[in-house]
Amino acid sequence: MAQLKKVLAGSFAVMMAATMMAGCGSSDSSSSTADANNAGNGDSAAPAASNENELKDLAGADSTKVVNIYCWNDEFKSRFEKYYWPKRDTALWDGVKYHFEIIDNKDNAYQIKLDEALKTQANDAMKIDIFLVEADYALKYVATDATADVKGVIGLTDDDLKEQYKYTKDVMTDAKGVLKGVSWQATPGLFLYNAEYAKDVLGFDEPEKVQAELSDWTKFEAVAEKMKAKDIFMVSGFDDTYRCFSNNVSAPWVKDDKITIDPQIKAWVDQTKKWTDNGWNNKTSLWDDNWKAGQKIDGKVFGYFFSTWGIPFTLLPNTLATSKEDGGKEEVGNGGYGKWRACAGPQAYFWGGTWISGCATLDNKDIVKDIMLKMTCDTDIMADITKGEQDYTNNKAAIKKLIDGGYKNDFLGGQNHLALLTEAADKIDLTNKLSAYDQGCNEKFQGAMKDYFMGNGSYDDAVAKFKDEVTKLYSNLSM
Amino acid sequence: MPRSADVVGESTGQTSLLIRRIVAYVVLVALVIISLLPFWLLIVNATRGKVQTGLEFWFGGSLGGNFKVLFSDNNQTRYGSILASFGNSFLISGLSCALSVYFSALTAYAIHVYDFKLKKVAYTFILLVMMVPSQASAIGFYRFMIKLGLTDSLIPLIVPAIAAPSTFFFMKQYMDSSLPLEIVEAARIDGCGEFRTFNSIVLPILKPAFAVQGIFTFVSSWNNYFMPRLILSTKRTIPLVLQSMKSDIQGNPQAAHAGAMNLYMVLAILPVIVVYLILSKYIIRGIALGAVKG
Amino acid sequence: MKKKSISYAKWGYIFLIPFFVVYCIFALVPLVQTFYYSFIEYYVDTGTVSIFNPDGNIVDNGFCGFANFKEAVTGKGHFFSCLGNTVILWLIGFIPQIFFSLLLAVWFTDIRLKLKAQGFFKTVIYLPNIVMASALGLLFYSLFINNGPLDSVLGGLTDKPSLMDTIWGARGIAGFINFMMWYGNTTILLMAAIMGIDTSLYESAQIDGATPTQTFWKITIPLIKPILAFVLITSMIGGLQMFDVPTFIAGDAGYPQGKMQTLVMVIQTGKDSSVGLVGAISVMIFIITAILGFLTLKVMNDDGSGKKKKKKPAKG
Repeated sequence: MAQLKKVLAGSFAVMMAATMMAGCGSSDSSSSTADANNAGNGDSAAPAASNENELKDLAGADSTKVVNIYCWNDEFKSRFEKYYWPKRDTALWDGVKYHFEIIDNKDNAYQIKLDEALKTQANDAMKIDIFLVEADYALKYVATDATADVKGVIGLTDDDLKEQYKYTKDVMTDAKGVLKGVSWQATPGLFLYNAEYAKDVLGFDEPEKVQAELSDWTKFEAVAEKMKAKDIFMVSGFDDTYRCFSNNVSAPWVKDDKITIDPQIKAWVDQTKKWTDNGWNNKTSLWDDNWKAGQKIDGKVFGYFFSTWGIPFTLLPNTLATSKEDGGKEEVGNGGYGKWRACAGPQAYFWGGTWISGCATLDNKDIVKDIMLKMTCDTDIMADITKGEQDYTNNKAAIKKLIDGGYKNDFLGGQNHLALLTEAADKIDLTNKLSAYDQGCNEKFQGAMKDYFMGNGSYDDAVAKFKDEVTKLYSNLSM
Repeated sequence: MPRSADVVGESTGQTSLLIRRIVAYVVLVALVIISLLPFWLLIVNATRGKVQTGLEFWFGGSLGGNFKVLFSDNNQTRYGSILASFGNSFLISGLSCALSVYFSALTAYAIHVYDFKLKKVAYTFILLVMMVPSQASAIGFYRFMIKLGLTDSLIPLIVPAIAAPSTFFFMKQYMDSSLPLEIVEAARIDGCGEFRTFNSIVLPILKPAFAVQGIFTFVSSWNNYFMPRLILSTKRTIPLVLQSMKSDIQGNPQAAHAGAMNLYMVLAILPVIVVYLILSKYIIRGIALGAVKG
Repeated sequence: MKKKSISYAKWGYIFLIPFFVVYCIFALVPLVQTFYYSFIEYYVDTGTVSIFNPDGNIVDNGFCGFANFKEAVTGKGHFFSCLGNTVILWLIGFIPQIFFSLLLAVWFTDIRLKLKAQGFFKTVIYLPNIVMASALGLLFYSLFINNGPLDSVLGGLTDKPSLMDTIWGARGIAGFINFMMWYGNTTILLMAAIMGIDTSLYESAQIDGATPTQTFWKITIPLIKPILAFVLITSMIGGLQMFDVPTFIAGDAGYPQGKMQTLVMVIQTGKDSSVGLVGAISVMIFIITAILGFLTLKVMNDDGSGKKKKKKPAKG
C-alpha cells in the first residue's frame, strides 16, 4: 500500500516533469509574448524604462513619492506608459514612482473596493491620487466629495479644456457647476460590418450605400432576413444592440430612488427576442467565445456595434487569422484586416467612456495636473493616440488635424471613419440619461434577460429576477 | 449429507466471490478515473494555448509560453502579482495553521488538565459554538471589520484561527487518549512551570495530532474563497485571482488566457496534493478518528 | 498542596484567555451584530460615497420588527427558493455520494473479498476533497462554457445551448463536483464505522449461510445507523454553506434563472447594501444549522447507548 502511494506520488512528479519537457521542447514556437494580454494590443512596445518607475508593492512607500492610481483594466495604464511617460514633466517626477491598483469591474467590484479605499482616505498614510470612472457610474463620483475640482483645485483652465467635447465635461460637472473629471476619449458608436458579406449579400460594400440599407431598424431587419438566407447572422448576440437603445433613453434608470425600465430598454428586449426567435443572431453573450469567433472574416456574423475603443480593443485582434502572439502582423492579408467597414448604423448612440478624476485627498497635485493636461488636452499627444490606438480622442482640434491630413484607416480598408465618428460624437447628449446606479442596472438587466432570450421563463419572470437582484445590490432603490 | 451440501455451497460461493471481486475492481477503477480525470485535463490544459477548443488528452506544447504569460508584467497588472497571491495564501494558511493548532492545544490543555469553577461552562460553550458556521455571522463580521478598519488586511483571515472549536475538540479527544495526567504531575514535581510544561513536555506528545489538524487547517485556509472575498480588496489570495481570471473569460476575452489560467490552477493545487500524497496515511486515519469519536 | 491546586486553577483560566478573547472579537460580536442587523432597517446606499463623511451613505432606521425576515422570505431574499436550490444541489451530490460510499466501504471491509491496493484507492478517492473547490469550479466552468473544450465535444458548436446554460445541466455539473469532492471522505467515515462492528457477527452470519446482501441489510446497516445519520446531518450542514462551486459555475446571480443561487451567495451579493436583509437570512441559516447540530448531538448520544444495547443480545 505504502509503495503504491509512492508510485502515485512519483507518477505525479513524472507527469509534471513531462509537461515541463513538453513545454520546453517547443517553447520557441509558442513563445506567447507578454503583450498578448495587453488590452491596447497595438501598443505593445511600451518603453522598458518606464517599468523601473512603476512601484508594484506599496508597502512602506512614502505617499508623496508615489502617484497612486485606481482603475479596472490596463487601457489607461498602457496609454499612460506609451504616450504620457515620454512627455512627462521630468522635474515633477524626480524621485516619484507610480503605482496602478487594478480591480475587476464586474459585479460592481471596482466600485465597492474603490469606495472602501476612499472611505479611509482621510486617515490612510498612502493617498490615492487618481481614480478612473466609467460612464455607468460616473455620476456617483461626480456628486461626492471624493473627486477633486479639476479647475479650482487641480488647476486646469477653461482654455486648456476648450477642445474637449462638451458632453464629456457635462457628465463630470456637478450640480454646483464644478468639473470633477476629464477624459481623453469620446465614445461615439458605429456599426462595423464585414465587407465581404456586404458584397456577397447586398452586392456592394461601400459604406454610404450600406448605410442607406441600414438607416433604420425596419431596413436593418430586412437586411437581416437577406443575411439569414445565406446563413449569415446579422448580429452576433443579445447584447450587441443594447447600447443603441440604453443610451437613447428618455430618462435614467434611477430617479428619486425609483427604478424604471425605459420604453427604449423594453424596445431592446422586444427586438432581441424577435431576432433570437427569427435566428438573426447567434445567441451569444457579449465577449463570449462564439461572439469573438464571429469576428473572423468568415465568422458568419455580418456586423457588430462598436464604440471607438471596440476596434483596437476587440475587433482587430479577434479578426486576425494569425494572432499577434503567434507572430501575425497587423496588415492586410492577415485574416480580416482591411476587410471591415464602418457606417453610422440605424441609430446614433455612444458606448462607455472613461474619465480621469483626481482624488480629493491627493498629495501629488502638480503631477495629476500634468497627467490631465497631457493626457486629455494636448493636441499632439491626442492625435498620436488616435493614430496609434484608433481611439477617438476627446480633442476636436486633433481629430480635425487628422481628417485634414487625409487620415486613412488601413484596418477599415482605407476608410476615414473619423468623419463618421465626428458626426456621431456631435450628436451625443447625456443630459438626463445617466444615474449613479447604471452599472448594476445594466449588468443585472442583461443578465436577467438572457434567461428570457434563451427561452427559460417569460419576460415578467426575467423582470422579477432583475428587480430582486438589483434591489439586493442597491437596497435603497425600489421598483 | 451436510458435507456434500457444504462443498456445493462453497464452489458457488467461490464463483460469486470472483464475480463480486471483478465488479468491485471495475467500479473502483471507474471511480479512480472519475477522480483523476479532471486533474489530468487540468494538467493537459495547462500545456495548451490561449484559446482552447475541443478536448485533448495529451500535452500540448505551450507550457513554456504559458509560464511566460502567467508571469508577464501585463498579466500581473491585471491580476496582481502572481507570486504575491501565493505569498498571501501561504502567509494566511501557514500562520492560521500554526496559531490554530497551538492555541487549540493550549485551550484543550486548560480543559484537560486543570480543575476550575467555570471549566464545565467553558467546555460546553466551545462544544456548542462548534456548530456555528462562519457564514452565518459573516455579515456582522464584515461590517465589524469595516468599523475596525481591518478590511483589505490579512489579520481577519489569520487571527480568528486562534479560536477554532473543532480543532480544539480534536485536541481534547487526543489528550483524553494519549496524555496521562501523571506526565504533567511529574513535570510539576521536577519544578517545571505550567507554561513550560505545556511547551516542552506536552507539545511533543501532541505531535501526531498537530500534524493531522495542521494539514486540515492549512488546506481549508488555502482553499478558502468565501472569507478572503469578504475581506480583501487590493490584496489577493489564490482563489480571488481565480475569480478575476474567470470574470475575464467573459468580461475581457483579450486578456483571458486559458493556458495560463490552467497552469495557475495546477500551481495552486500542486503543493496541497504533494503534501497530501506524502502524508495521506495519517490524513485518512485522522478523518476516521475525528468522526468516530466525535 | 491545596494552595497549589488553587494556583493551578488560575492557569486554567489563563490558558483559556486567547481562545475566548479572539472568539469574542471575531465570532461572538459579529454573531450578535448579525442578529441585531436582522431586526433593524439598515442598508447602505452604494450609489454614493464620501471621504469626509464615510458613514454618510448608511441608512439606519432602527428597529423594524420582522420586516427583514418578511422581505427575506416573501420578497427579494427568496429564502425558500434559495434554500430549495441549495438542497437540490446538495441532493444531486449526496445521493450518489452515499450510494458509492456505502458500496466502497462494504467492499473495503469485506473480509472475504480481500480487495488489494486499498491504500491506493482510498488515497485517490479522497484526493479531490483537498483540492481547492474554486479551482474545480473554474475548471468545469472553462470546460463547459459555450464552445469550450467539453461543450464542443458535446455538440456545443450546434445551435444547442451549452449544458451550463440549462438549469439541470448547471445543477448537475455543480452536484457532480460536490459528489466528487465528498464521496471519498464519506467512504472513509463509513469504513471506520463498519470496522467498529464486532467481526464475530459477520463470521456467525457466514456460518448461518447469509448472503452478502443479507449481511449488509441485516447487520451492517442497523449497526452503522448512527454514523449514517451523523454523515447525513453533517453533510447537510456543509451543504447549507455551499458557495464556491455554484459561484464559479453560475456567477453571483445563479444563472440560469437564479436556480443556482444558494443562501450563502445571497449573503455575499447583499453584504454591501442590503445589510438588514442579509442579517435576517443569516439568522435563519443559523437557526437551521442549530437544529441540525442539535440532531447530530442527539444522534451521537444515541450512538453510545444504542451500541451497548445491541451488543448485549449479540453476545448473549
